[in-house]
Amino acid sequence: MATELLSPPDVAAEAPVSAASPACSHCGLPVPAGLVEPGAAEQFCCHGCRTAYEVIRGCGLDRYYALRERTGAEGAPARGTGQRYGEFDDPVFQRLYCREVEVAGEGGAKCLATELRLEGVHCAACVWLVERLGRVAPGVIESRLDMRRALVRIVWNPGVTSLSRIARALDALGYPPHPARDASAREIRRAEDRRQLIRLAVAGACAGNVMLLALALYAGVFEAMEPAYAHLFRWTSMVISLVSLAWPGSVFFRGAVAALRTRTVHLDVPIALGLAAGALWSVIGTVRGTGEVYFDSLSVLVFAMLVGRFIQHRQQRWASDAVELLFSLTPTRARVVGEDGQVREAPIEAVARGDVVEVLAGESVPADGRVERGRSSIDQSLLTGESAPVAVREGDAVIAGAVNLSERILVRVEATGEETRVGRLMRMVEENARRRAPIVRAADRIAGWFVLGMIGLAAVTVGVWLWIEPSRALENAAALLIVTCPCALGLATPLAVTVALGRAARRQILVKGGDALERLARPGTIFLDKTGTVTEGRMRLVRWVGAEWVKPLAASVESVSSHPVARAIVAGLSDTPPAAPGSATETTGGGVDGRIGMWVVRIGSPRFVREAGVEEDEWVARAEAEIVGEGMTPVLVAVNDRVEAVAGLGDPVRADAAAAVAQLRARGWRVAMLSGDHPDVARAVGRRIGLEAAEARGGMTPEAKLEAVRGELARGSVVMVGDGVNDAAALAAATVGVAVHGGAEASLSAAAVYLNRPGLMPIVELVEGSRRTLGVIRRNLGVSLVYNAVSATLAVVGLINPLIAAVLMPASSLTVLTLSFRSRTFGSGRDAVVEGGR
Amino acid sequence: MSVLFIVLPLAVVIASCAVLAFIWAAREGQFDDLDTPPVRIVLGDDDNDA
Repeated sequence: MATELLSPPDVAAEAPVSAASPACSHCGLPVPAGLVEPGAAEQFCCHGCRTAYEVIRGCGLDRYYALRERTGAEGAPARGTGQRYGEFDDPVFQRLYCREVEVAGEGGAKCLATELRLEGVHCAACVWLVERLGRVAPGVIESRLDMRRALVRIVWNPGVTSLSRIARALDALGYPPHPARDASAREIRRAEDRRQLIRLAVAGACAGNVMLLALALYAGVFEAMEPAYAHLFRWTSMVISLVSLAWPGSVFFRGAVAALRTRTVHLDVPIALGLAAGALWSVIGTVRGTGEVYFDSLSVLVFAMLVGRFIQHRQQRWASDAVELLFSLTPTRARVVGEDGQVREAPIEAVARGDVVEVLAGESVPADGRVERGRSSIDQSLLTGESAPVAVREGDAVIAGAVNLSERILVRVEATGEETRVGRLMRMVEENARRRAPIVRAADRIAGWFVLGMIGLAAVTVGVWLWIEPSRALENAAALLIVTCPCALGLATPLAVTVALGRAARRQILVKGGDALERLARPGTIFLDKTGTVTEGRMRLVRWVGAEWVKPLAASVESVSSHPVARAIVAGLSDTPPAAPGSATETTGGGVDGRIGMWVVRIGSPRFVREAGVEEDEWVARAEAEIVGEGMTPVLVAVNDRVEAVAGLGDPVRADAAAAVAQLRARGWRVAMLSGDHPDVARAVGRRIGLEAAEARGGMTPEAKLEAVRGELARGSVVMVGDGVNDAAALAAATVGVAVHGGAEASLSAAAVYLNRPGLMPIVELVEGSRRTLGVIRRNLGVSLVYNAVSATLAVVGLINPLIAAVLMPASSLTVLTLSFRSRTFGSGRDAVVEGGR
Repeated sequence: MSVLFIVLPLAVVIASCAVLAFIWAAREGQFDDLDTPPVRIVLGDDDNDA
């Protein structure tokens, strides 16, 4: 699943193809008619596929294609990007991401090792191909791919080859590499995973062996066992149980101590209390040779609780791995212009204050700075929430993360890394993430107290029965403890949450932690960001007032410009028949002048068009005012010195936004919008999705958004939905932060939920799914509590013996398992929100 | 039956050997990646069955 995220989106939709077109020899997709080479045995749909195919053939690795066939892999391989990867050879990059390793058989040469994340890893054949990298790039000593994480470890001899050459080889094979950031965090997580596995294994082994011994002891209840053997079994199970408590079980004691120190209630407290009380009682019983021992219950409890946590942890790790994959794909490279005017690729970490960096059209600005040379327009929507592009010229400030839209610019760097505006925002995010208090899970608390209660009840049972009929006292207490084994209770929440998280991920809703589901189950306030969340975050031609016949002229003239407004007009008019080509010139920050045959066309901002002294009718001003009033950008189209049409460009509201808001309201949520854009624009968009003027707040800085979330937190739970860096602090502070499709990496790291599908409907689905999940948890708890209450009563009054109890015990676990897997949470409910996607 | 006094501790020792072996394997990273090694084995080496 994780690798699916990396496959190119809708490759098939890129080019229209005829039904009879041949399949590409590399990726198997149909070849566009224009690229078919008549008579050639091999056909390619693009240059990238041809390169990959030639490299694979040339190195004698053809078997890849046969293997791919055999493994039945779906999805086309990614194509190479043809980048140079010069930054991979930078000393700063090597210091950050590479390590020196000793390799036998390389003549004592120092070898380097690094880990890279690959795009386009999708099947078993990829493992085969990537691990034979040495044939394509001589000097590579070892290459090991971790398929699920798309992470390759490469060891190479720097005396023979360079990392950029290896990166280019991977790229040519169709696996564009990216540096795997946060290596230390990954190392910590790997160690934690291993520790958890070891704890689980030790707890399991202890529980299994103590259970066997307990079975012998229980059997001894029926047929008198010689005291010497009973002692032996008790002492042995005591030793094993103490190992289980002291090693894997110590996590509960440590958790309990930490909770007591911070004076919070934590599920570990009752568990630790129960374990300690049970252990003490049993040890006394063993040493004195009289009384009941509960070693089996204790060690099974430790094991069951650890299994529950392990399952849940796995699922969450999966979601965070998937998010991390997306994270790694964001660029980490800058093009630094040297003293001599030479442009050199460098890792972003190597860029220093005072450097001049080159930013091409379509790239994002790597650091805060001022434009040194060039004019362009930049899109800052992820940082400011402002939907319209901003024109910049020499001397204007640009911030890291802004996307350069039209022209190449040179930027003199003024701040990098932590000191940039984005860096400061990210610090705010971290502070807010730390400050948030952990919530206590109702289910875990119940499970803990339940265990304690049952041990107490067992003691009472022994006491009461000693008084009524001493010979049956131990037997009934044992039956009670067996039949109320807390496995089902311990598993109730983790299972329901894990099943729900897995289902959500299949619906492209990635949830980083199970507690998010519990927090989302009860209605509160939802704050929506505007640009990119409620709207599409892109300029579109929304309105056309005036003459239809000038449309082809406008499209033709505007096609010379790469300004987003011009591009939106061209895209919006693509269904009109094209006009004859003419000549046109662009004025930066104004518009375009063109001549087509007998028509002189001038298109651009109202100021630019009116500067030429054009005539206009009174409807023009009215239409312009109306377009401005709706929060859109007006563009005038003048032909032969007369304004013929007014176009309205805006960032259109997502098609499902109004419906999603209505559905959220119907489920009891308060919905409001926080926008960094102008208040008038925010109100206009708010009206479209059914929000009152007071609920559509505009002109919000990131700090103001954070304040709004904090203020609302006092009243109840707050869900913040956003996509930009400007939302990141608010996302981290909210009860649950939700990052939407296509958001900035800052929002990815700050939010607890990531919607990997465009639109607002996934939010409704998330909220609904969470509510259902909590319902399943409650049902699981209810079932196991009722079951335990009934069977405990039977055991206490002496109606079942230990053997029947042992048969009944798994029944409650099985019921909980079945209920969890059959539950309707995400995407399968009766009134589930069905639209698009799988 | 008194053989139990020898056999039971022996069984515990054997079981702990198995646990130790597992711990060694986990620390070596044998369980870090459970998806790729099976694939690697099935695809085998290209040089002898191409």
